Amino acid sequence: MEKFRYLTGVTTLNLNVGVCTGCGSCEIVCPHGVFEIKAHKAGIVDRDGCMECGACATNCPVDAITVDPGVGCAAYIIQTWIKGKETASCGGVDCC
Amino acid sequence: MSTETQHSSACCESVNTPCANGGLTEMLPVYREAPGGEACCGPPPGPASSPFEKPGYHMCGFVEGFKTTPAGTVPRIKTKLETPDILGTIKVRLGINRSQYTVAPGLYSIGDATPESPVLVTANYKLTFDTLRKDLEGVHTWVLVLDTRGVNVWCAAGKKTFSTDEVIQRVNQTRLHEVVNHRRLILPQLSATGVSGKKVKKGCGFKVTWGPIQARDVKPFLKAGLKADKAMRHVTFTFMERLILVPVELSFLRKYIFWILLAGFVLSGIGPGLFSISLAWDRGLIMIAACVTGIFTGAVVAPMLLPWIPGRAFAVKGVLTGVLIGAAMVMLLGKSINFAAIAALVLLIVGISSYLAMNFTGSTPYTSPSGVEKEMRIDIPFQAVAITLAIAGWIGSAFY
Repeated sequence: MEKFRYLTGVTTLNLNVGVCTGCGSCEIVCPHGVFEIKAHKAGIVDRDGCMECGACATNCPVDAITVDPGVGCAAYIIQTWIKGKETASCGGVDCC
Repeated sequence: MSTETQHSSACCESVNTPCANGGLTEMLPVYREAPGGEACCGPPPGPASSPFEKPGYHMCGFVEGFKTTPAGTVPRIKTKLETPDILGTIKVRLGINRSQYTVAPGLYSIGDATPESPVLVTANYKLTFDTLRKDLEGVHTWVLVLDTRGVNVWCAAGKKTFSTDEVIQRVNQTRLHEVVNHRRLILPQLSATGVSGKKVKKGCGFKVTWGPIQARDVKPFLKAGLKADKAMRHVTFTFMERLILVPVELSFLRKYIFWILLAGFVLSGIGPGLFSISLAWDRGLIMIAACVTGIFTGAVVAPMLLPWIPGRAFAVKGVLTGVLIGAAMVMLLGKSINFAAIAALVLLIVGISSYLAMNFTGSTPYTSPSGVEKEMRIDIPFQAVAITLAIAGWIGSAFY
């Protein structure tokens, strides 16, 4: 994915290294190689590679990772502007 | 049709003899020779109904037999795709009835699955199901299909229909505990967005192992003792992977065709004589051609050439393809239109192209929602201004 880089400095990803147990779940589930385990601690090695899918946070056993997950879809984001984040729905017939 | 059906007691050996008791199972096939002798009229009768047919049910073409397990009969599925599967794939790739292309959730098997065989979990989008089974030839495995409402693994995980609760409920509903003697599920890595491995373990006793992203890597993954290398864990977005998305992107635009035609002809008919039918026709075709060009550069060229077009924001990529191809198209029109009209058409193409390219963010595997929202806040005003100016310029150009 080196050829594909999106906007930098936008991700809401956050890792609290203090509580990390180095279990390696985040490194396994991340589809973009954002994390790497070094010396029994996870570290963010490619922050701008993050697409905020939320897999890491969902599978961190100690909740060391936070990210505001969502769908990077223009149609969905327009809905959140009009209807608000709670009522916006991803999906419908013409969606991914 | 394989008949792997159980004959559990002697009286059932001769299937024409009625069996008195529970030695019969529900799946006992009934064979009856076709009536012999001369056919009185017409061609000979077709084949007898499949022994597995049941009143009110439809036999799926991808099922080749059934397996008996302590938790009931489990369909054994083919690993080769057949013509109806391929036609179905083409249809959904064109965006036709995509949301109703499903298989029934539940437990399936491939090859000669035993209680020791692994359990692969997947979505009930038939395209996903087909992709998985076609890469599992020669593998003996169970396939647990979740009810993801006919949505693929990653999108379903994002929508939370491929979820922790769905995994737990489906494991219990299929009584998987009675079918296998191990307690391990192999989930596609991309479902991790919707599934917490830890909570699945807590909820149904099965440990989650994250399988590879691609179905084609499942076989090597199993062979390597449930180990995936780095390449199997990272998503790709190759030219072919982008190409296959284009028809669906275009199919989203079907609902706008009427409005584009209406706007094209109505706006183009406005001129010195208030409204002219001949003007509407002549200029309308040009304006509609510009709209089609904008759609082409934004929804086809930009996605295809994605990594090679400069810029990070998709809207910017759409502007670049729109300017280049739009200018070329306007050149082709030559001197038949004036400068104001040329400027208006290029702006129209660029506006449409930029918006559609921006929309493609929803189909890529690497754009973050924070990034998309940021670019939309900046770009949508520009796109709106471009299209408004284009329409004003196009109407104005008819007056001199």
